[in-house]
Amino acid sequence: MKISETWLRSYVNPAVTTDELVAQLTMAGLEVDSVTPAAAIFSGVVVGEVIDMEKHPDADKLRVCRVNVGEAEPLQIVCGAANVRVGLKIPAALCGAVLPEDFKIKKSKLRGVESFGMLCSEKELGLAADANGLMELPNDAPVGVDIREYLSLNDSIIEVDLTPNRADCLSVEGIAREVAVLNELDWSPNLGLASEINNAESLTVTVLAPEACPRYLGRLIQGVNPQAETPLWMQERLRRSGVRSLGAVVDVTNYVLIELGQPLHAFDAAKLTGGITVRYAVADENVALLNGQSIKLDTESLVIADDKQALALAGVMGGSESAVSDSTQDIFLECAFFTPLTIAGKARQYGLHTDSSHRFERGVDFTLQARAIERATQLIVDIAGGSVGAITEVTTEAALPNRDAVLLRKSRLEKTLGIAIADERVVSIFQRLGLAVETLAEGWKVKPTGFRFDIAIEADLIEEIARIVGYNNLPNSSVLMRSSLGLATESVLELDRVKDLFVDRGYQEAITYSFVDEEIQQTIAPNDEVVRLKNPISADMAVMRTTLWCGLIKAALHNTNRQQTRVRLFETGLRFVQRDGETQQEKMLAGLALGSAYTEQWGEKTRKVDFFDVKADVEALFGLTGCEAQFIPAEQTALHPYQTAEIRNKDRQSIGWLGMLHPNLEKQLGFDSQVFLFELAQDLVLNKTPAKFKPLSKYPSVRRDLALLVNDDITASQLIDCIKNCNEPSLQDVVIFDIYRGKGVAEGCKSIALSITLQNDVQTLTDLEIDAIVSRLLDKLTQKTGAKLRE
Amino acid sequence: MQSRDKIPLFLTQQHSAHFMSPSLDELLAQALQALATATDLMQLDAVRVHYLGKKGLFTEPMKELGKLDPEQRRTVGQVINQAKDSFQSELEAKKIALESAALSARLASERIDVTLAGRGQAVAGLHLVTTTLRRINKIFASVGFNVVEGPEIEDDYHNFEALNIPAHHPARAMHDTFYFDAHRVLRTHTSPVQIRVMESETPPLKVIAPGRVYRCDSDITHTPMFHQVEGFLVDTHVSFADLKGVVYEFLRAFFEKDIQVRFRPSYFPFTEPSAEVDIECVICGGEGCRVCSHTGWLEVMGCGMIHPEVFKSVGIDSEQYSGFAFGMGVERLAMLRYGINDLRLFFENDLKFLQQFN
Repeated sequence: MKISETWLRSYVNPAVTTDELVAQLTMAGLEVDSVTPAAAIFSGVVVGEVIDMEKHPDADKLRVCRVNVGEAEPLQIVCGAANVRVGLKIPAALCGAVLPEDFKIKKSKLRGVESFGMLCSEKELGLAADANGLMELPNDAPVGVDIREYLSLNDSIIEVDLTPNRADCLSVEGIAREVAVLNELDWSPNLGLASEINNAESLTVTVLAPEACPRYLGRLIQGVNPQAETPLWMQERLRRSGVRSLGAVVDVTNYVLIELGQPLHAFDAAKLTGGITVRYAVADENVALLNGQSIKLDTESLVIADDKQALALAGVMGGSESAVSDSTQDIFLECAFFTPLTIAGKARQYGLHTDSSHRFERGVDFTLQARAIERATQLIVDIAGGSVGAITEVTTEAALPNRDAVLLRKSRLEKTLGIAIADERVVSIFQRLGLAVETLAEGWKVKPTGFRFDIAIEADLIEEIARIVGYNNLPNSSVLMRSSLGLATESVLELDRVKDLFVDRGYQEAITYSFVDEEIQQTIAPNDEVVRLKNPISADMAVMRTTLWCGLIKAALHNTNRQQTRVRLFETGLRFVQRDGETQQEKMLAGLALGSAYTEQWGEKTRKVDFFDVKADVEALFGLTGCEAQFIPAEQTALHPYQTAEIRNKDRQSIGWLGMLHPNLEKQLGFDSQVFLFELAQDLVLNKTPAKFKPLSKYPSVRRDLALLVNDDITASQLIDCIKNCNEPSLQDVVIFDIYRGKGVAEGCKSIALSITLQNDVQTLTDLEIDAIVSRLLDKLTQKTGAKLRE
Repeated sequence: MQSRDKIPLFLTQQHSAHFMSPSLDELLAQALQALATATDLMQLDAVRVHYLGKKGLFTEPMKELGKLDPEQRRTVGQVINQAKDSFQSELEAKKIALESAALSARLASERIDVTLAGRGQAVAGLHLVTTTLRRINKIFASVGFNVVEGPEIEDDYHNFEALNIPAHHPARAMHDTFYFDAHRVLRTHTSPVQIRVMESETPPLKVIAPGRVYRCDSDITHTPMFHQVEGFLVDTHVSFADLKGVVYEFLRAFFEKDIQVRFRPSYFPFTEPSAEVDIECVICGGEGCRVCSHTGWLEVMGCGMIHPEVFKSVGIDSEQYSGFAFGMGVERLAMLRYGINDLRLFFENDLKFLQQFN
């Protein structure tokens, strides 16, 4: 909310600078967003009056004016504005004046005629973004007076960013009350006088929804002058609050809204049929709103209707058909209290947000309506005349908000703030805040007023005291409560360790969005059922990822498109999959590698990263957990059919995937090199069994190398598993150290060189025993895999 | 003692071949000459064998000694041994010199350019968010806060209702929520973890909850996803002063500087009293600059005393227990600490950005 500092200070004027005032507000919880001058910097402009005018001899559109600027002699000023006329009062910039943006006014000649200054528009003075013609000042503007002084332009616009609980400060009076409390000054609201009733006419008001509209006041004012101009002071105050002048009656309702915080609405009485009814809309009822929009209402929307139709969406926006126009003479002024719950969410539901709905949904003082309607009446009559009818009021006392007294215990106040506050201070703060306070033995009983919707429990009162005392005047302590010793579990590997592992192996950690482009998602994982956002921010962030690969691929492309030829990334985070009607949020760990296996270097021959490089990285993780993972040849839509492994744990549970991005996708996505990907389920991968000591064998180990001939389709793990499954107690290790195809090996076969390490716990193995073991293993290999010892 | 040169070397007729050979002195001179010409260990060894080997020139005369009478045998033996020893020590010296030269030559041949880069896999780095989160976690862990995580797709109850934000509460408008349906949202803050922990555990509680959060907002200062750390402490006598103390100490620890901190009243439905915390602008030191909108202050976190309604919703007696909670934006803290000016960089994952913080 924006308000004029001068307006604020007309209520309460503490001896502090603007900066200090602003700091006070901010530190009291009314955060000031900005302070801007009410007008741009300019000087040397005074109120002038055109006393004579003639056509420029050499230019059709120019006039040569004589302007009284309060000096002995009038000045000759050439002017091209269409609205210049004799008798008009205007801002006149004298020679030596400096207009906004450092525009200096000098004596000059326009088409041969001397001009001693310039007549100004609002735009030229920086008061408006654009203008068509000179700024017209009222007839009573005093000639020769500096325009800054006349328009009170030496003012600041203070923009306060109010939190939703402080509806009481959505008005100049509300902020004035706060300033008064902070400076311990007295102030009084602008009470106004009841207008004289000089019109017997009235409209009937029927409230069919008293729980939504506990109070409704209406009044007819007839015969107002539709041409009446809003006084400049009011226009200026409205302008400084960011409100455009729209005609006297509407300006007055806006003015009272900013002054008191009470939204009002003026109907064109001539356009009403019968009386006013406050009711809920019937289903699908239409209302044509002021902004030109026509909306279809639901039955929870409150409307103001006449006998014929819904006229306005209550508390949100008036209707176009009953709106005040520049020919309106009879008005019906509405000043109501709608309960916050009735209005809350309604504006947003219909895509609207108005000053009125903003206030009603946060809470308008329900005792304010009579004062506000009188204030508005007084201003309308002052400006535009008219005969004033009696107020029609429908109030349902029982439906008005409760304002129960709240108990504040002295002990609780001290316990919460960590400091005792003097009793007198507490009482004084509440009183200045306008709250009725009663002192009790244990503390105070405080009765909130109509404008405080945010005080209902003890904590609310404690906050008020803390706020006014000032948070920074309250103590700091650092007594850190009871602690118990933490756990240091060994049954799960810490994710931090895993991240460090991948970092040390050359993978840069990435963090990508959890919502991804559905197209990429579809391409990568067409079989996954996605979880879809109802209101995505854009199409490329519309569905939740079912695999971290979506984001990593996008990040990799971002980099390859920026001349990076080698990318290694990993990410940890949730994936979201819809399974059996449930949304599963699973912690994953994924990685991507493309480009050369190592950064370009002199000591290693450059080669592309391949499956086994990345597999080593994944296996390194299993090395940390002791997971006996199995890599099983498998197929996955996104991956190369013959370079893909499904990773399973000892219990044959699938724990992840590793493979090369399918060449088709590689091309389709825009990569120009092979991409390797892996993804693991954290919960299954990070489990760890604490180590258990095994005595060291005192006896020597022996190694036997075997060269085996096998069919090409026999996998390494088939051979190794076969040997391990023999449960040979002396077997320590099996390693494949060479694979050969080609000359000397039949087509469709390969030669595999295996080393077997044997060691016994209780004796040195003899050659005879070793040969026997090896021969047993060989027999099994032949039997299970058809392996033959190579001649 | 007789001088060597008078001793004939040729003691027997059988060795008449040696009659042509030089005297012992000459033999020694010849041997030393041979030593001098040896240029490597192989040649040196050949010289050694030639003179000292089983059939060496110094060995042969010794064999003849037996034919002499004992008196002569002693004298002649001594003289030969002296010459032999003299040669031997020269040989040793020469051997050491040659070994040393050979080592030097080998070492020189093994010269490398130590300024060339090392070989193998280069180490990468963590994302700046992770680095920052680890620092935050470490600071709080040092006083016994436990790290707890929660789901990112949350139900309306944990994200809003239980935090005293009923439907249509104006505070919901501040959250720009992503919805899946009427009941499920992407969590807008990590505060729901506070509810989940308090639902399942009993005080005293000291928890921080880091994680991803989501708001439907995107521009230079907003990304639709960012990270938050929620922290809370519940015990029998927790006061606003404790909250201030913890926040104050945390910020000083995080920025490793004795910075100015101020608390401003604010509003969050789930705390009361509520505060926004500002620190002195770390860019301009409080002088006023563009980053701090010329105020000299930067907003870094929100906090407050846990609202009685929140305690009520999780069944904790607010008469017995009190607590505080705070929440901070991880990217914001990282931006301030490292001087980053565009939030979007965090999620583009440009290696040139990421690697700056390795």
